[in-house]
Amino acid sequence: MTMPFWDTDTGIVILTLLKTLALVVPLLIGVAYLTYFERKVMGAIQLRKGPNVVGPFGLWQPFADAIKMLMKETILPTGSDKVLFILAPMITFGLAIIAWAVMPVNNGWAIANINVGVLYLFAVSSLGVYGIIIAGWASNSKYAFLGALRSAAQMVSYEVSMGFVMVTVLILAGSQNLNDIVLAQKHLWFAIPLFPVFIIFFISGLAETNRAPFDLAEGESEIVAGFFVEYSSMSFGLFFLGEYANMILISGMTTTLFLGGWLSPIPFAPFTMIPGPLWFIFKVLICLFVFVWVRATLPRLRYDQLMALGWKVFLPISLVYLVLVAGVMEYSGLLAHA
Amino acid sequence: MSEAVAKTKIFEVDSHTINFGPQHPSAHGVLRLILEMDGEVIERCDPHIGLLHRGTEKLIEYKSYMQAVPYFDRLDYVSPMGCEHAFALATEKLLGVQAPERAQWIRVLFAELTRVLNHLLAIGHFALDCGAISPSLWMYEEREKLLEFYERASGARFHSNYFRPGGVAKDLPAGLEADIAAWADEYPKFIDEMENLLNGNRIFKQRLVDIGVISAQEALAWGFSGPSLRGSGVAWDLRRAQPYDKYAEVEFDVPVGKHGDSYDRYLVRMAEMRESVKIVKQALAKMKPGPIKVQDRKITPPTRAEMKHSMEALIHHFKLYTEGYHVPAGATYTAVEAPKGEFGVYLQADGSNRPYRCKIRSTGFAHLQAADRLCKGHMLADMVAILGSLDIVFGEIDR
Repeated sequence: MTMPFWDTDTGIVILTLLKTLALVVPLLIGVAYLTYFERKVMGAIQLRKGPNVVGPFGLWQPFADAIKMLMKETILPTGSDKVLFILAPMITFGLAIIAWAVMPVNNGWAIANINVGVLYLFAVSSLGVYGIIIAGWASNSKYAFLGALRSAAQMVSYEVSMGFVMVTVLILAGSQNLNDIVLAQKHLWFAIPLFPVFIIFFISGLAETNRAPFDLAEGESEIVAGFFVEYSSMSFGLFFLGEYANMILISGMTTTLFLGGWLSPIPFAPFTMIPGPLWFIFKVLICLFVFVWVRATLPRLRYDQLMALGWKVFLPISLVYLVLVAGVMEYSGLLAHA
Repeated sequence: MSEAVAKTKIFEVDSHTINFGPQHPSAHGVLRLILEMDGEVIERCDPHIGLLHRGTEKLIEYKSYMQAVPYFDRLDYVSPMGCEHAFALATEKLLGVQAPERAQWIRVLFAELTRVLNHLLAIGHFALDCGAISPSLWMYEEREKLLEFYERASGARFHSNYFRPGGVAKDLPAGLEADIAAWADEYPKFIDEMENLLNGNRIFKQRLVDIGVISAQEALAWGFSGPSLRGSGVAWDLRRAQPYDKYAEVEFDVPVGKHGDSYDRYLVRMAEMRESVKIVKQALAKMKPGPIKVQDRKITPPTRAEMKHSMEALIHHFKLYTEGYHVPAGATYTAVEAPKGEFGVYLQADGSNRPYRCKIRSTGFAHLQAADRLCKGHMLADMVAILGSLDIVFGEIDR
């Protein structure tokens, strides 16, 4: 008896490629339409219309933007470090995409259902800052350099507490596998018992993606565009797409870790019949809406204030909460012993 | 050993210099700053001006008095009528005439609308400099309504050329007074909304409180005026101190700050908008029909209708629009409380139809010179907020 084709080595490679394609293509379209979504939502908040000229309701706007971006000339500044200069946007964009490998959009629907999913996500999302630092350094421009410096300085401040928040989730779920983490939220979303750290996670997520009110590395009104001030054309486009892909990623992480992933929020008949991926997308959209809403509302923090917030507020709270949750779990005998 | 010591060089880590502007998004036009920085901290802030210099003062020396008015619109282009007001009053003083009652009320009315117009942009962009995007767009919406009033009164949204020596260009069109009254009733709600969004916002306060502090004494020494001076706690307002036009007959408060920081300057502007609405309402209530410019045809043009049958009117019209009027020799410094502060015109007449000298005292110039004093020791991000709180417009600084 021969092995079925899909279990042979070739079969697995082809299958993985197909799966990747099935995830990345919708993701990229999602990124394109997130820019549209953001502009429409911000437009509504700011009493204007947003894109409405290209196509019906301006729906072709993202493609028009993409074409425009591709037609522009890629400028390599004379003083720049050419290799790093080109590498930086690739790093940013690549990292934003590969993180999706472990994200379960439905029960068992992940390209790689690995046991250290949380660790992988954390590692990849932390690496994202390298794209920014390299871009700022390689540009050989003072404004870009300031942006990179800010990014390097703030990076640690929120990621420590973000790590502690993730550990808290791990203790509750008893697993590092993202699929299991979602399944552990069948009866109660982690956002409810872990509400304070859920907020911390989301705010750190804003900082992680360099979104307002933490868009210091970019700082439009202070350092013009910060780290990508020298970029043009598609190399700028990749930073742009990377930022939006990261937003979706952080929303996906929030959904998976705290909002019950693909699970229906109302656990009975008509609602459970809606397929999981739709719930997942719906929850991600809500998170994204909050991202945009925050951007349209809040002023920008100064970068020393972000660090003060990270070290003096988030770190103590997340640490205390971690100990608290661990203690409660241990004494109630719910802690999963590996 | 001693040789090694002699060879030891002492390196000083240099601060780096940043060229801020003139194409910077927060440069408020064409401000160029040379910043010496130690990391993010500003050690020296050196403003370079002159990129918008048009030689207005010199140009005015070659224009008749009536032709000079439009130049004033283009000084502080955020509050055009505020600048016109000073020139109109200065010329009237030299001519020894006074605008009729109604003209004075119209000027008070539009001076206050201009104040709101200016503060809307100032606060909106101030918030934008701090990173809040939406307020500026909301405020543009409100500004649009005011610019519409401008257009209905003068025919132009921006460069209105409305306050003329001897009165105003033309009477308010039918229905405008009622519409302004309706706006004045609605507008405080908008201020409430803005205050709701910004005043208590923790991030906004963190960015502004105790940033760019200047004491009352220092503010006076640097030549501050207007909201920037009042933010430091000096209740100095030319409308109150030396009332011009009908300001003596209206009731209003002069809001002052306590600490002289960016936040207080912002709060003073917010409070001033409420006071302006009060004045607008009083002006509308006290305004009576009547002539809107001096009836001396040697100074102000006759009506179109008059020109159709009166030869003399036609001659007046011709003379006014070719030669202009002659102003008796003399000099005056006349200042008004423009939205940004004391805006003054030093006008010297030599008896001809053109000013011999027209020196303009712009408000922003005095504020900008304190940039180094205010920004030193603060961070780059604070510098942007401080400049925003000073409400700088380059049209009037460079002239």
